[in-house]
Formats: sequence, structure tokens, C-alpha cells
Amino acid sequence: MIIQQLINGMILGSVYALLALGYTMVYGIIKLINFAHGDIYMLGAYFGYFFLRVLHLNFFIALIFSMAICAVLGMLIEFIAYRPLRHSPRIAVLISALGVSFLLENGMSYLFGSDKRSFPQAIKTIQYHFGSLQISNIQIIIITTAIILMILLNIIVKKTKMGRAMRAVSADEEAAILMGINVNRTISFTFAIGSALAAAGGMLIGLYYNNIDPLMGMTPGIKAFVAAVLGGIGIIPGAALGGWLIGILETMTQAVGLSNYKDAVVYAILIIILLLKPTGILGKNKREKV
Amino acid sequence: MDKAHIKYTLSWATLTLMIIILIFVMTMFGIIGPYGMTTIVLIGINLIAAVGLNLVIGMSGQFSLGHAGFMAIGAYATALIVTSVPTIFGFIISLFVGAILSGIVALIVGIPTLRLRGDYLAIATLGVSEIIRILIMNFKITRGPAGIFAIPAFVNWQVVFGLGVLSIIIVVNLVRSPTGRAIIAVRDNEIAAESLGINTTKYKVIAFVLGAILAAIAGGLRASFIQSVSPQDFTFMQSITILIIVVLGGIGSISGTVLTAVALGILDVVLQNFGSLRMVVYAVVLIIVMLFRPQGLLGRSEFSLKKMLFDSGGDHDKGRSKDA
Repeated sequence: MIIQQLINGMILGSVYALLALGYTMVYGIIKLINFAHGDIYMLGAYFGYFFLRVLHLNFFIALIFSMAICAVLGMLIEFIAYRPLRHSPRIAVLISALGVSFLLENGMSYLFGSDKRSFPQAIKTIQYHFGSLQISNIQIIIITTAIILMILLNIIVKKTKMGRAMRAVSADEEAAILMGINVNRTISFTFAIGSALAAAGGMLIGLYYNNIDPLMGMTPGIKAFVAAVLGGIGIIPGAALGGWLIGILETMTQAVGLSNYKDAVVYAILIIILLLKPTGILGKNKREKV
Repeated sequence: MDKAHIKYTLSWATLTLMIIILIFVMTMFGIIGPYGMTTIVLIGINLIAAVGLNLVIGMSGQFSLGHAGFMAIGAYATALIVTSVPTIFGFIISLFVGAILSGIVALIVGIPTLRLRGDYLAIATLGVSEIIRILIMNFKITRGPAGIFAIPAFVNWQVVFGLGVLSIIIVVNLVRSPTGRAIIAVRDNEIAAESLGINTTKYKVIAFVLGAILAAIAGGLRASFIQSVSPQDFTFMQSITILIIVVLGGIGSISGTVLTAVALGILDVVLQNFGSLRMVVYAVVLIIVMLFRPQGLLGRSEFSLKKMLFDSGGDHDKGRSKDA
């Protein structure tokens, strides 16, 4: 039973982790809680819906297209709504991000209606049984896709020139400029990658839960941010860890019959961790300098 | 009190009186109908909550995303007490109970969490607010997700206006007191303030608790005015609505908060004509205002009658306008 719940938690957690990665990268580089991130996840699901229902593409091809479009959209949002505010008070960028979030949610409701839509079953569900354990092919697809994307991200961040630039800008923006790094391009790239991961999360959750709606990004958006903080914001492996922890925690609370309190438990754990170790599980404590 | 100060205070009192008379006259001639009245009351309620939040965010520099939770405490206190004691006395008691309860919760939550910095505090307060909402949703006494209906109405615009003015006076006077100066010092440079012997946590907690009390009063007024409460009224979005008023007005500017609360209330009425496009337009307005005026309408400066009316006498205001 417990192992079954752990597996279910891992599946949900993979999607939170994909979202949390985008939050953590953006936060690491420009110190912005990107409230519009959850809505990119929603857009990813809607593009996926379009590619599958209207163009009848293969699920994985649709996934790649949806990720690519959301990457461009993420860059566009950064360019229009965040870049002009780069040197403004941080709270101004935050409100701008909220504005983008409202715009995407309400714009999608206006254009496509606020009702739930059923996500096309592009892949037939097959249940596998291992003793008392039960796992579907869709769950396997979700977890493998998430892991492959995380490995890819790790390679990009660790091995490529762009990844090195990302790490440099997040460590010290001014020093990065002096080293000849194009900061604007690096930030755009960060938004592109984060948005692509969110889009993948949206499509996977569409496939898993079978329905999508314009407000689907709100709660997972906040939870993914909590996951990012839990793991240590700005730290990429921390986001993955946080995502999985939150997913497992949520399914476990449901399993012991406290499903009404599942979000409260998540927040309570978050507050406790913040009080004990404000920089998150994997965070390093920085000494304060005067 | 010197003479200039009395003149200055009197001119604010006159302005307040003029607004009251204006509303009275406009209701008498039917320019403000029942719908307009509702708008005015809701503006007033948002204003009280926003003034409280501005004390927390603007004056003490602590980024709280949990205002809705404290509003919920006030709203449910009023809803529960007034439904069992449906008199004006019960209503007044309920506002006090809500305020005290909310203050105590803020104190318990604030002492440990206010040591956190910036965004960590934001996310912790968001968590607290959501926990409060989830508890309300699951407790029997608060009647679960459906909420409480048919709450007796004791709120009219005069009550809200009076409490609104009172809360502004309290916050403005606090800011100009030694306590308020300490709160501002903590905002401007926490380490420097600490080195001057200011107990930073104490002053942050004072601002946080007072902000929570004002939020609870706003929540109580809202419950009795709308005559129903449900956990859905106090989600993250409610905190954001209040936050937007504070940021658009200018963080740290009380007069900015007042002007924005009124402006957004009017904008809401205008946007009713857009039907379902309403929120889309609202979002676009929000982004555009931020892009062109990132410091908010008034920045950190205050709308000053002193500067407008008696410009020559405004020496000790000069220092303030410089840092704006």
C-alpha cells in the first residue's frame, strides 16, 4: 500500500518538479517569483490539446511542438513585461508577473471558455500489475519524460556555453557582464527553458487527469513554487527534490484520510522547514555582509 | 501644537467633511444609486485592508502575502457572533473579537516568521493564510465550504467611512511616532537599525500585528455588509487584490493607497461594461501601469495639503520629499 502511494506521489511530484525547475531557474537568475509560470503550464496543455485534437499528431511530437511554442512565449513575456522593469523595485516586476498571469488566465477563458475540456486520450491506458502494485503506462510515460527532461536540463546547465552563462549571471550579474556575457540573451534563454519544462508538465498532467481548464495552473503553480523553496530556491536539484517531496507528501496525506487537509500539511511543512533552514533543504547558508 | 499644525489638521478635516457632504448630496439627488453605494462601501473596506497592508509592506518593508487569512478571521468572527447576537452591540463586540483574535494569530505567526527575509517571508505568510482558510473550510463551527449566510447587516457607508478615516489617522500617527520611525528605520536598513539598538523583530511584529488587526476589521465589515462569508472569499486572490492596491498607489504612501483604492473601485464599475473582457482589460491595465510607473502612482511621497495650500510653511516636509 505504502509503495503504491509512493509511486503515485512520485508521478504527481514529477509534474511539480518540472514546474518547480522553471521557478527556481528564473528566481536564481533575476530574483523574481514568476507568478505567470503556472499559466504557461496551462498554455502548454492547451497547445497540446490543439495539436492532438485538431492536427492528430503523435503525443511526443505534440509535446515537442507545445514545448517549443511555450519557450517562445516565455521569452516574449520576459521581453514585454519583465525586461523593462529589470532595474525597478522587485515588487513592481512581481505585480507585472501577476498581471501577465491574469491576462493569460482570463484571455484563455475569454477565447476558449472557462469550462473544463477533456484532453484527447492520445495514448491508450494499459494497467500493469506487479503483485499488489498497479501502474499504468501513462504513469510510466510521465515519470520517464520528466526524468529525461531533467537529465537534458542538467546537461544544458552543466556542459553547454549557455548553461555556463546562466550560472554566471545567477552568481553575479555584473561580473558576468564584465566577462562579456550577454545577460539579456541569457535571461531569455532561461525563460525559454523554464517555459518549455512547464509546457511539458501541463501536457503530461492533461494526459493523466484527462481534463484541462484555463485556471488549472493556479494551484500547481503555487505548489511548485513551494516545492522550489522547499528544495532550496535557485538550486536546480533542489527543485526536483522539492517537487517529489511535495507530491509524495500530498498523496500520503490523502492516503491516511486527511485529503481535506492535504494543502494545509504542505504549507505547514514548508513553514517548519523555512524556520529551521530558511534556505531550503539543499540550500547553503550565506553569511550576511554589511 | 503650533498654529501651522492646527491649520494643517483643520484643512484635512475640512476635506474629509467635504467628501462626506458630497456623498450625502449625491445620494439625495439620486446620482449615487444603490449600486454606487455598494461600490463606495467596498472601496472603503478594501481601503482599510490596504492601509493595514501598506503598514506591513510599505512602512516596515516586510513582504506579506497573507492578508486574506487575517481578513478571514475577522469576517468569520463577525459572522459567527452577529448571527447569534444580532444587535449593533454584538456587531461592535464582534469587530473587537475579530481584531484581537487576528492580532493574536499575527503575533504567534509573526514572531518566528518575521525573521525570514523577503520572498521567504512572503511564501510563509501565504502558507499561513492558506492554512487558516483550509481550517475554516474544515471546521464544523464555520460550516465548511458553503460558509455562513444571512448575516444581519449593520454596515452602511457612514460606518465604513468613519472606520476608514480612523484607520488612516491611526497609521499616519503611528508612522510619525517614535515607534513608527523605528519601523521605518528597520525597513530602510535593518543592519544599521539593529546597530542603533533597535529591536528589529519587535518593530516588525508591531507593524505586522497592527496590519492584521486592520485586515480583520475590514473582513468583519465585509461579512456584515455582504451578509455572507465563505472560504472562497479569502483565497490567495484576495491577498493579491489588496496587494495590487498598495503597489499601484506606491509602497509606503498612505495617500497613494487611498487614491488607488478609489481609482480601482471606479475602474471596476467602468469595466462592468466590458462584460467577460473585464478581467482581460484589468490585467492589461495592471501591466501597463507597472511598465510606465514601476514605483506606483505616488511613489513614496504623500499627497500633501500642506504643500498645496501653505507651501511656505512646509520646512520639515522637505526632507521627506527628497527621498521620494
